[in-house]
Amino acid sequence: MFRLTRRYRFSASHRLHALSLSAEENRRLYGKCNNPFGHGHNYVVEVSARGPADDVTGTAVNPAVLDALVNRQVIAAFDHRDLSSEIERFQDLPATSENVAVEICRRLKTHWGEAFPGAWPKLEKIRIAETDRNIFEVNADEIS
Amino acid sequence: MLITRKAEFSASHVCRSPQLSEEENLRQYGAGANPRGHGHNYVLEVTLSGEPHPVTGMVLDLKELKAILEREVVNPYDHRFLNYEVTPFDRIVPTTENIARDIWRRLEPHVARGGMRLHAVRVYETPDLFVDYFGEAAETCSA
Repeated sequence: MFRLTRRYRFSASHRLHALSLSAEENRRLYGKCNNPFGHGHNYVVEVSARGPADDVTGTAVNPAVLDALVNRQVIAAFDHRDLSSEIERFQDLPATSENVAVEICRRLKTHWGEAFPGAWPKLEKIRIAETDRNIFEVNADEIS
Repeated sequence: MLITRKAEFSASHVCRSPQLSEEENLRQYGAGANPRGHGHNYVLEVTLSGEPHPVTGMVLDLKELKAILEREVVNPYDHRFLNYEVTPFDRIVPTTENIARDIWRRLEPHVARGGMRLHAVRVYETPDLFVDYFGEAAETCSA
């Protein structure tokens, strides 16, 4: 069993703001991240898939197929966008990197079979670095 | 406990299978199928599992692991054309997966002793593409 990981990048802005909290509570909770004008990051996303290697091709995951899926479902949608106002999921959900990781995972799971119709490879996990110091990881099995 | 040592080698390869048609090779491997070959600065991370020795406080002296990596992997791989100069890549395609598995096979006899086991081999083909291998027996990927 192999795990192949591919790294992608996108740049986007967001504003952390929970609708169920007051303006004051949001300011206290999110601090600078609650700035009404938003702010941005250079996000780095690692997508990991696992599977056995094919005897003929020697590959477990075709990186070109994975790239096409991630670019179509995630990068094209997120890059140079304001996540909080332009991505439907984050209209009523704060675009924390925890939630961004889950949304990326959900998008890839939903469309996984179009790119990889066989039993293998399977999506294993998403790891997203909002900055070099803030890193979030979600296992695909945790997402319904 | 897990301990990891890193090593680098630079090598060229071609990803192309004689069992596939020209069109299939291009679809599978893209630019990697260029018959003239191309190269990478590979980065290898080898992770061992074991308990620290009660006296030395070490799972394995990393100097020793470094010497094993150099002897078993870096010396045969570095500045070589893998398909032409390194077995088994005269028979199988030197994909990152197959390289990780070959490195596992080269290293395991030298590090599996006492309570120590080879836990994982990670091969970076580029900083943005890497493969983890956990051995034939591993049904799932851990760590």
